[in-house]
Amino acid sequence: MQVDLRILRYDPERDKKPHWERYRVESGPMDRVLDLLHTVKWEQDGSLTFRRSCAHGVCGSDAMLINGRNRLACKIRVDQLGRKVSVAPLPGLPVVKDLVVDMEDFFAKYRSVEPFLINDSPAPPRERLQSQEDRERYDDTTKCILCAACTSSCPSFWAQKSYVGPAAIVNAHRFIFDSRDEGADERLEILADADGVWRCRTIFNCSDACPRGINITKAILEVSSAIVERRV
Amino acid sequence: MNGAPVTHAYQALVVGAGGAGLWAALELARKGVKTAVLTKLYPSRSHTGAAQGGICAALGNHEEDHWEWHMFDTVKGGDYLVDQDAAEVLAKEAIETVIELEHMGLPFNRTPDGKIDQRRFGGHTRNYGEAPVRRSCFAADRTGHMILQTLYQQCIKHGVRFFDEYHVVDLLIEGGLTRGAVAYRIADGELHVFRSAAVLLATGGYGRVYRITSNAHALTGDGMALAYRRGVPLEDMEFFQFHPTGIVGLGILLSEAARGEGGYLRNADGERFMERYAPTLMELAPRDVISRSMYLEIRQGRGIDGGDFVHLDLTHLGREVIDRKLPDITEFVRVYQGIEPITEQVPVQPTAHYAMGGVPTDLHARVVVDERNTVLPGLFAAGECACVSVHGANRLGTNSLIDILVFGRRAGLEMARYVEGNELPDVPLTAHHRVEDELELLRTRRRGENPNVIRAELQSAMFDECGVFRTKKGLQHVARLIEHLKLRYCQARVEDGGKVFNTDLLDAWEVGYLLDCAEATVAGALARTESRGGHFREDYPERDDTNWLKHTLTYQAEGRPFLRSKPVTITRFQPKPRTY
Repeated sequence: MQVDLRILRYDPERDKKPHWERYRVESGPMDRVLDLLHTVKWEQDGSLTFRRSCAHGVCGSDAMLINGRNRLACKIRVDQLGRKVSVAPLPGLPVVKDLVVDMEDFFAKYRSVEPFLINDSPAPPRERLQSQEDRERYDDTTKCILCAACTSSCPSFWAQKSYVGPAAIVNAHRFIFDSRDEGADERLEILADADGVWRCRTIFNCSDACPRGINITKAILEVSSAIVERRV
Repeated sequence: MNGAPVTHAYQALVVGAGGAGLWAALELARKGVKTAVLTKLYPSRSHTGAAQGGICAALGNHEEDHWEWHMFDTVKGGDYLVDQDAAEVLAKEAIETVIELEHMGLPFNRTPDGKIDQRRFGGHTRNYGEAPVRRSCFAADRTGHMILQTLYQQCIKHGVRFFDEYHVVDLLIEGGLTRGAVAYRIADGELHVFRSAAVLLATGGYGRVYRITSNAHALTGDGMALAYRRGVPLEDMEFFQFHPTGIVGLGILLSEAARGEGGYLRNADGERFMERYAPTLMELAPRDVISRSMYLEIRQGRGIDGGDFVHLDLTHLGREVIDRKLPDITEFVRVYQGIEPITEQVPVQPTAHYAMGGVPTDLHARVVVDERNTVLPGLFAAGECACVSVHGANRLGTNSLIDILVFGRRAGLEMARYVEGNELPDVPLTAHHRVEDELELLRTRRRGENPNVIRAELQSAMFDECGVFRTKKGLQHVARLIEHLKLRYCQARVEDGGKVFNTDLLDAWEVGYLLDCAEATVAGALARTESRGGHFREDYPERDDTNWLKHTLTYQAEGRPFLRSKPVTITRFQPKPRTY
């Protein structure tokens, strides 16, 4: 089917501000939005710029605003959207060029929550044991691919860019609730900051946006509860 | 146009931030070596993260297992082209490597008593081939994702310096010594020269040379091509693995874990056709055997609806197993095929998956440049871009994840030793000129061919003529085509003339890498007049140990490939007929 594709373009070497451009693209029955972008880039306008790598939803490179929602371009089929498709860069992050946004601040916030196992006790010769229940406890938040769809969909983040954001909290959660980890206190201290979990207004945009289906709002609430419980 | 580049000095340089690069960087950081990691993506986006089914180690958490059995399976799986000293290192060190991963925090699935859970995988057996064994350690069907995350996290913990979105475009090797690399900063198009005593190539594979592949767009053989252009040979490039269960048309991988958990392959008659080809291991035979069997069924008219695919049947596994152990791949099936795998059979076809060949190295990941294993000082390689060779003519499932980690770690340790005794080499101020000129020509040429057309022609020809089945005629055709495409590539132009985030330029640049990798692959395939592992010649269908029990070394001289060979290291297991 023929698709009317609108893309918000911006080239800092040529344009004063972003502008929409329209393309007519033929879409196959199982094509994803990424296929449309490739068709434009390879056949119509080589200067169209976007990130992508794995093309099946596991690397997190091609998160963008598609028909008003943050999604991965490689994971949303055109037939799920209809004949009119609009694509813009992730909201709330500085645009570098076309659909490419600056990720530096996003990754700095990820690093700020100590996203690594903290356990200074001597390791046993074999694996540390963990029950299936304890493993299940943090399973959901291990799925994060750092695509930034959640953080850049969050109105609290748009209003206050210093907010650490849902993705960083998800990655803190992954360790706080890991029975092998001993760094929960440090992380909860970091997230109890004014720019930590309290900025969450439970709007659920993050959970809706997550291409991995992580229940992000629930994870944030669990971290908030853990902070409160430790203070009591 | 030649301006002064930004220069950096690091004792060690790691190119690529997948499993091999990250583990090497971690070892270097622990030793206090000043190290930079360059990646053209962000580390969390490396293709290690796409690996699904598991990482093998003879932990014996469910049943008796031994590293010797793992070593044997690896050697036999590789159709006896494996260097057995390397396979021994792999199988032995797999155990401590997986345990260390767990200590780093990797969230493995667990057994009821809290140990690392393990499952069956193709070609992994107990007691030298008797029956499948549970050796693959896994975290659902996103084991690679968890490995990548865990190693990136550890690198953050240890303060590793990353240069994200820096595309390496040249290696600096002068006077027989490695001196660093030149990188293109994607954000602004500036060239950066990195002086370094030790450089690790950990850039992954080149699956994008094929039309249908499980590989990410980024997998364009960068490290292999850069080494090849600088006089380093590529080893055993003719051995390329086609994974049996790719999503039809797209090539997206459906993990072998689906068969490890009990999935069946069926033809149009509903038969489990692997009974005919591998009666003992059935669907858990190695990948080369299964991919060939699928095509034989298809040729005999037993493809589904007469088409070029068969069915993967998971319907008897039940919702619980599918949801808990195979959640991601079942989602792929739902998203990309619109099929419900709990109740419907899934159409699958072989997809280009893994390069057994690559930059030749010794057991310490040092790059070696000839049949006498002469070391090129300061250059290292690990992971899919390297050939050590633990995979020989065909890799077993789960052996790639363990390969990248075992030899990534060895690379880091050896580089730390090397830089201690070697000063930072000098780099001439003009070091970047060669590549700068080439990039500028490509960026600013006003007329010329669209490089995407060249890439598409290459991918189709490689898939059709240098895929699962090969013939002399087909290979000669694709060899001539590659020569022609290389000439056309010299006149290609990109549309985007900008400096900021110019992916048009870099995509075109990568086509150059693909052409070099394809050239070496086809040269090896044409020369090797036998069938072994992933290389199957219809005109020479038998393995020929008398003439071909040896590795291919392909060199590039004056823009053309020429071949030499080196012997296979055989220690414990003499070559035998390979049946399953």
